Parts: sequence; structure tokens; C-alpha cells
Amino acid sequence: MVEYHLNLPVKPDEIKRLKVGDILYVSGMVFTARDEAHHMMLEKKKDEIPFDPSVMGLYHCGPLMKKTKKGWNVVSAGPTTSSRMEIFEDRFIERFGIRLIIGKGGMGKNTQKALQKYMCVYTSYTGGAGALAAEKVENVKDVYWLEKLGMPEAIWLFKVKEFGPLIVAMDTHGKSIYKK
Amino acid sequence: MNINSIVDGVVQLIKKAEIELPDDVIQALKKAYEVEKGIARTQIAAILENIDLAKNSGRPMCQDTGIQTFFVEVGVDFPEINKLKEIITRGVKKATSEIPIRPNTVDPFSGVNHKDNTGSHVPYITWEFVNGDSVSINAFPKGGGSENMSKLGMLKPGVGIEGVKDFVVDEMIKAGGNPCPPTVVGVGIGGGADLSLKLGKKALLRPVGVRHKDKKIASIEEELIERINKSGIGPMGLGGKTTVLDVHIEMAHRHPASLPVGIAVQCWADRRAHMTIKKDGSWEVK
Repeated sequence: MVEYHLNLPVKPDEIKRLKVGDILYVSGMVFTARDEAHHMMLEKKKDEIPFDPSVMGLYHCGPLMKKTKKGWNVVSAGPTTSSRMEIFEDRFIERFGIRLIIGKGGMGKNTQKALQKYMCVYTSYTGGAGALAAEKVENVKDVYWLEKLGMPEAIWLFKVKEFGPLIVAMDTHGKSIYKK
Repeated sequence: MNINSIVDGVVQLIKKAEIELPDDVIQALKKAYEVEKGIARTQIAAILENIDLAKNSGRPMCQDTGIQTFFVEVGVDFPEINKLKEIITRGVKKATSEIPIRPNTVDPFSGVNHKDNTGSHVPYITWEFVNGDSVSINAFPKGGGSENMSKLGMLKPGVGIEGVKDFVVDEMIKAGGNPCPPTVVGVGIGGGADLSLKLGKKALLRPVGVRHKDKKIASIEEELIERINKSGIGPMGLGGKTTVLDVHIEMAHRHPASLPVGIAVQCWADRRAHMTIKKDGSWEVK
């Protein structure tokens, strides 16, 4: 159990070093994506994606947001159940060059294989810790497809600082913390 | 009777539920913190920190503010029974923008979000009529992650109560970290399919740590707590001693051919709040 403080984007060798049970705090950009956003991004051509997912963490999250005169504020933003994204995730990791996933509850075999093949880790953030997570978001950079998908399903770009504790739950070595 | 004031009371009720956990849940989580070590302890620590932060900053503890669910006991002599549904619905809409809470009602056909937490059959209200002239409302906002782990078992009566216990333990092990453990599990045994699930959900209204008044059922609850916690799933499924904070059972008589078992799961954010409305329209939220 080693504690790391990482800046996003993370390099492949930094990802490879991580082992199940390690604790991470990450700083940099993350984007939120749930079922609908995964589906939509996979249906689009790469040049139709208005941001670069490969330099960001992928956060399984449907945040509670509030619009003020100055723009959007995060009210509460803990992780959502990752297993719902299992049907998309291996293709998503490959297509968008994802290195770090933040979610809760764990993922399945296909994701596990993709983590090994494309050098990506799955980390668990404390489910329900929405207020705590919101404190670690420095600002909201952008939002995509809000009208079409609605607040929880839209893609939100957050700049986060010392976001964690994230537990490395599935690593690049084929190991998983979850009971079979 | 000032209807607008009661609508504001419903907003207060929802706010209380979304921002402050009942003390029985906090005490159970503090106990879990004492028994856990390593990663499990980091999770409970984050949960406790989150609870404090939500309360102090006045923001919902979890971004999934749930489907707005209410269990209402209506005194038959309350003067404005016909306005209660409208009052609750208006309160939900107002709470959505004021607190705020996440817009969580989606049309299952078009996928369009209704944006105000209302829609067909939502808010979901269970009505019960009782003697008296006041109204009692239990707010029980229900998150999706834990709701997805609900189960209905139409067991063969021949498997007996041992079969019921095995079913509950197996399903909670299968659920793993998905429903945000440590959870509270409500089990409805008997009735028909729908009634068993309803009883399971209603069982979740009982405070954590309070046993069923029937000693036989209470001992089954204790056995289930022990067996599920022995699985080692632990907080968030990352391993540990605390998978459930409690198991509550409610029962109904069953058809001779059926043994329905309905399991309702509540995440650690076991959000509950209570409101009383008196016959003159004055109200109190606790």
C-alpha cells in the first residue's frame, strides 16, 4: 500500500508502477461520463469529440450542478456505479487512450483485459462522498451535450486538485481487489 | 390553512434528508470506523468526513439525491387531505431548484429528463390512513445504485426459512461493492411479489440498530448481519468487516404455493427525515 500524488495526464510508466491497494491523489483534468456519454462518444467520429479524453481521467460520475451568474458550480459529485459501463469500457479505453478511470464498485473481465493491454488503471473513490468530491474540484471547465443528455448524463470537464483518496482497485498487472 | 407554508415545510423535509444523516446511521458508521483497518478504514473515514462536510456546507451528501419517495400516514380527520399530493409535488419541484437536488426523473421511452424530479408516478408516495387529525410524512430519497441491487425471489416454499436466509446472503454477496456498502438491507418475506418488495423497502424506515419486535425474526436479522459481514466484501467492496450496517425484516402471510422474498438495499447514505403537519397547518421537520 503506497501513497502517490499524481498529475494528469499520467505517463504509461507511472501507470504501470501502480498496484492494487495503492492510494492515489490526482490533480489535473477529469471528464465525467456515464452510460449515455460512453455510448454517444463511441458512436461519434474522433474529430467530433470536442475535447481530448486521452489527457484526462475518466470519471464515472453524474454530478449535481448549480448554475450561477459566474457559470457552473459543483454541488455534489461522487462516483456512480462503474459496472453499468462494462459493456462499453474496453472499446472506450482503446479508442480514447484512457489511462485512469475513477469509479466505484469495480468492473468486469473485458475491462480488466483492456487495462492490461492499453496501460490503464481502475481506481475506486468512496461512493456517496459527493460533498467531499465537490470540495476537490477547483473549477468547471466545460460541459458537453447538456441539453441532449441532461445534467447527470452530460460530459462535464473538471479541474481537480488532490482528488482522492482513490484506491487502485484493478491494475495493469491483471490484479483486482474485488472478491470473485 | 397556509398551503404555501406547508410546501416550504416539504422543502425543509427534503433538505434535512439530503444533507443530514439520522444519528443512528452516524453512530453505526462510527462503530464501523473503530473495527476496520487499512483500506476499509480509509473508506469509512472518507464517508464520515463527507457527512460532516455536507452538514456544515449545507450541500447534499451524495450527488445522487434519489427518487423522491414518501411514506405518508394521513389522519382521517385532517382537513385538507385532497391537497396533500399537490403539496408534496410542489415541494419536490421547489426543492429541486432551491437546495438544489439532481434532476432524476427520466422518461423510459424517450430518455428525456423531466428536470424537476416529478413525472409519471413520481414523487412516489405510499398512503396509509390512520385515526387522528394530523399527517406524518417520512421522506426517503432513494438512490439508483442501491436500488439496482434490489431482488425478488419467488422461492419454493419447501426450501423453508433456511432457503430464505441463503437467498438473502447470496444476493448480497453477488451485489458486492455496487450498492455502496456498508448498506442497510430490508427484507420482505411473504405476501405476493409486489408486497414482499414493498415490505422490504418499508423495513428500511426502521432506525439502524433496532431489532424486530418478534424475537424469532430479530434473531434471523442478527444471523443475516453476521453472515453477510463474514463475506469480507467490506466498505465499497474493497474488503473489510462491515458490509452491512443492519438487516431489517418485515413479514406478511403468504399463499401456500408461494414464498416471495423481496430485498431492498439502502446505501450507507441511509437518508430519512420526518415531518408532522397539524390540523391547523403548522408543521415540524425532524
